[in-house]
Amino acid sequence: MLECIPETPVEHTTGKINPAKTCQPLGAMYAALGIHGCLPHSHGSQGCCAYHRMHLTRHFRDPVLASSSSFTEGASVFGGAANLKTSIKNVFAIYNPEIMAVHTTCLSETIGDDLPNIIKTADIPEGKSVIHVNTPSYHGSHITGFSGMCKAMVSYLAQSDGATKKSQMNVLPGFVNPGDMREIRRIVDALGVNMIMFPDTSNVLDTPLTSKYQMYPDGGATVAEIRDAGNSEVTLALGSFASHDAAEVLQDKCGVTGIPLKLPIGIKATDDFIMAVKDWFGVEIPASLTLERGQVVDTLIDTHFHYQGKRVAVFGDPDHVIALTEFLLAMGMIPVYVLTGTPGKAFEAEIRKMLEEAGITGSRVKAEGDLFELQQWIKEAPVDLLIGTSYGKYIARAEDVPFVRFGFPILDRAVHPLMPVVGYRGCLRLIEQISNALLERRDRDCLDEDFELVL
Amino acid sequence: MAEIDSTLEAMLVPYPDLVKKNRKKHLVVKDEAAACCPQIEANTRTIPGIISQRGCAYAGCKGVVVGPIKDMITITHGPVGCGYYSWGTRRNKARADDTTPKDKIFTQLCFITDMQEPDIVFGGEKKLARMIDEVVAAFHPRGINICATCPVGLIGDDINAVAKAAEERHGIQVLAYNCEGYKGVSQSAGHHIANNNLMEKVIGTGTERKIGKHVINLLGEYNIGGDGWELERILKEIGYTVNCVLTGDSSYLDIKNLHLADLNLVQCHRSINYIAEMMETKYGTPWLKVNFIGIDSTSQSLRQMAQCFGEEELVKQTEVVIERETARIAPVLEQYSKMLKGKTAFAIVGGSRSHHYQYLLRDLGMEMIIAGYEFAHRDDYEGRQVIPTIKSDADSKNIPELHLVADEKMYREAHVHLNMSKEKFDELKKAVPLNYYEGIYPNMKDGQVIIDDANHHEVEVLIRTAKPDLFLSGVRDKYIVHKMGVASKQLHAYDYSGPYAGYNGALNFARDVVNALTPPAWKLITPPWETTEEPRSETHA
Repeated sequence: MLECIPETPVEHTTGKINPAKTCQPLGAMYAALGIHGCLPHSHGSQGCCAYHRMHLTRHFRDPVLASSSSFTEGASVFGGAANLKTSIKNVFAIYNPEIMAVHTTCLSETIGDDLPNIIKTADIPEGKSVIHVNTPSYHGSHITGFSGMCKAMVSYLAQSDGATKKSQMNVLPGFVNPGDMREIRRIVDALGVNMIMFPDTSNVLDTPLTSKYQMYPDGGATVAEIRDAGNSEVTLALGSFASHDAAEVLQDKCGVTGIPLKLPIGIKATDDFIMAVKDWFGVEIPASLTLERGQVVDTLIDTHFHYQGKRVAVFGDPDHVIALTEFLLAMGMIPVYVLTGTPGKAFEAEIRKMLEEAGITGSRVKAEGDLFELQQWIKEAPVDLLIGTSYGKYIARAEDVPFVRFGFPILDRAVHPLMPVVGYRGCLRLIEQISNALLERRDRDCLDEDFELVL
Repeated sequence: MAEIDSTLEAMLVPYPDLVKKNRKKHLVVKDEAAACCPQIEANTRTIPGIISQRGCAYAGCKGVVVGPIKDMITITHGPVGCGYYSWGTRRNKARADDTTPKDKIFTQLCFITDMQEPDIVFGGEKKLARMIDEVVAAFHPRGINICATCPVGLIGDDINAVAKAAEERHGIQVLAYNCEGYKGVSQSAGHHIANNNLMEKVIGTGTERKIGKHVINLLGEYNIGGDGWELERILKEIGYTVNCVLTGDSSYLDIKNLHLADLNLVQCHRSINYIAEMMETKYGTPWLKVNFIGIDSTSQSLRQMAQCFGEEELVKQTEVVIERETARIAPVLEQYSKMLKGKTAFAIVGGSRSHHYQYLLRDLGMEMIIAGYEFAHRDDYEGRQVIPTIKSDADSKNIPELHLVADEKMYREAHVHLNMSKEKFDELKKAVPLNYYEGIYPNMKDGQVIIDDANHHEVEVLIRTAKPDLFLSGVRDKYIVHKMGVASKQLHAYDYSGPYAGYNGALNFARDVVNALTPPAWKLITPPWETTEEPRSETHA
């Protein structure tokens, strides 16, 4: 496997080889799917839209609908205004969504289409909305695009009806799976707090098979809910890369206090999430959550010898990797390589701080890295476990490292979008996956006489 | 007939007038009474806002044609997305062979210049040149492809100049493809761009003819799920020398020698017919449209090939292999066919596949009642005789046409390629449709529908009204169709199975279709508390 990869370090300063990120529009499309009755629209050549739909469909194994401005060379020369206006007309006539969420592409960005003006002068049916975000692919990553679309939801839709706020909170869940969003809702319901979560892809990208296809499934935050987010007291913004910007805009626009948090992956980040709700609303923590937390601690103590002290390499989207690294440290593991493809020095600073607090030195931490570089590091000094997206499977096979799939995208395994990694339940799932991967390897590699029933 | 007409009529009702007028021209119902295929509009712009299945020129060039060349490094010049999405997603399998060792296979890697904002403002040429230098130093590829994405053409990066300079620096061939996504109207533009470049720059530069008899190329076979390997197995056993499979599991070295074959076979007409035609012009190499999807069609293609060479031993060995292979698979196939007989399917896929799979479905007792292509041209529906009548428009004009002439040294007449007399060749042409493709229309039955560039609305309506047992398309449609309670299979990625070509492929396909139609879970859709049947027993209330 991958015999062409040089065994020793080579100069690699330019471009990406085996990237660990993709482009902004994909994230914008995913976020838009978390609005109820929304048709995402890709303002560019139809290839972009085709690729994004394909990629999201492969991860979620559920329908992903989106339309395109279908640029040809003419539109690229003369501008895409006519294409977008025609698109808006046709989309509402044929597909009748509540809202169209337009994102740009590197094509429409490079030619400089003025989206706010095009939308302003477009023919939008009464009661319907069109929002937009600029998502040039030559800046940031899919996480940047996700964040941008969340911001667009706030700046286009959220409204404050006055100084008096409702006793409700907003949650910006970040670029997580519908199963994670369901789990966040379950936790918040247990805490007894009213919540508006946006985007919310639960019941959009994890829908049941009923034989009655709905182009717009029941899930997603409604336009009315997102509008009402301006009347909430507080916003919990989960993940600094995906969610903090939208919370800031909401604070500036509507005076809703934004509280930046990590994604609630791992015991400490889940504690922080629950404490933030408790501190703001003064709610009692139900015994059910205390029990769930206790189960995680119990499991960590009971199984520590499966993973404690193991060297682990982690890659993925920044908010996921930050929270997971914190949990790996809580598991007593040693994150030796921590990498994200998304640019951002804040990522490196945050990881380094955690490692330092844990007394771990010598780890390599990198934002805007790629998987070629990660593989070169692993060749230099091996690890016991690799955690990351499906793209990691090539490294895992080539370097013969146990592998746990985590984050986006996972293209070669199913069911994961429905199974949360957030919250205390998510902790148990992660412990199980990590533990199993290491134990499978032990069972595979050990001598017959060392093969044991009980581990 | 009337029924399908009214279905199509109803399908168009929600459309605004302009859309309705446009889409009508992309629909044809087969009328066996009519003399020939009515004109179907194809390879024209998709209407903005319509949820089409189509991709872009980059996808056709990099994703389909040049990406699978295993010993070249393909660098996508652009921001991160395009290269990322076309990385490992088309299942073009590749492995080491006599001329290409494992460490010269690069197709599982993804190379992108990852253009950033300053590159868009100040140009990305230097970045591209530097990446080429680093990649050559680290990987030592035999050649490099540079595939352009949308912004490259807009900002005016001269990738051809970068390629030329890199060739001089490194002494290997560096090919630049101006396959920006906005070119043309679909993937098809990218196929053409890729064909042009390979024809102009690579094919004909080698000098090593493969040792053996009956040297053939298999063009437009991308080895998805190992299709090409199954076909090579059959072809070699009959006695052919497979010079190159273009481009599935192909090597740069083989492509250089593409002109040193006696006969070109064309599997995917849409994506590779340009090379077939240009090689006919430049080298005189005859080409034969084959179809290796389906049992009878595979056998027929093999027989036609044998006729082309006209050698008794080859004809005999062809029959031996056909006899043995069909006998081998018949008992299992019969079991599957029993379960599939009378079932119906839609296929809306690619630019050649729907036609190919008509035959395989019929082998299994099924009928394709609705057939469509994403990015076909009129000739793929109506036959190549319409090519001179196709009007070029603003979108097709921007794809360069190579105007080739016969090569002074290497041109040989078709009959010389096939090692037969002119007279015998003239006889052959009457028996075998050389250098011709008839399109999908003749093989369709009365009342069956052709739909070009089908969109989401149309697919949804047609499934609801025509209720097929099986929907054959891509991953973007797959789960929509499942939600409607209809089985669906991906004909691009084969649902990660395969091969589907050749005799073993037919078995695999039959098994997978049966499996798609028969999961016990199809019967579990309605929960027991929602059934309207009588209660099973008294309640305890």
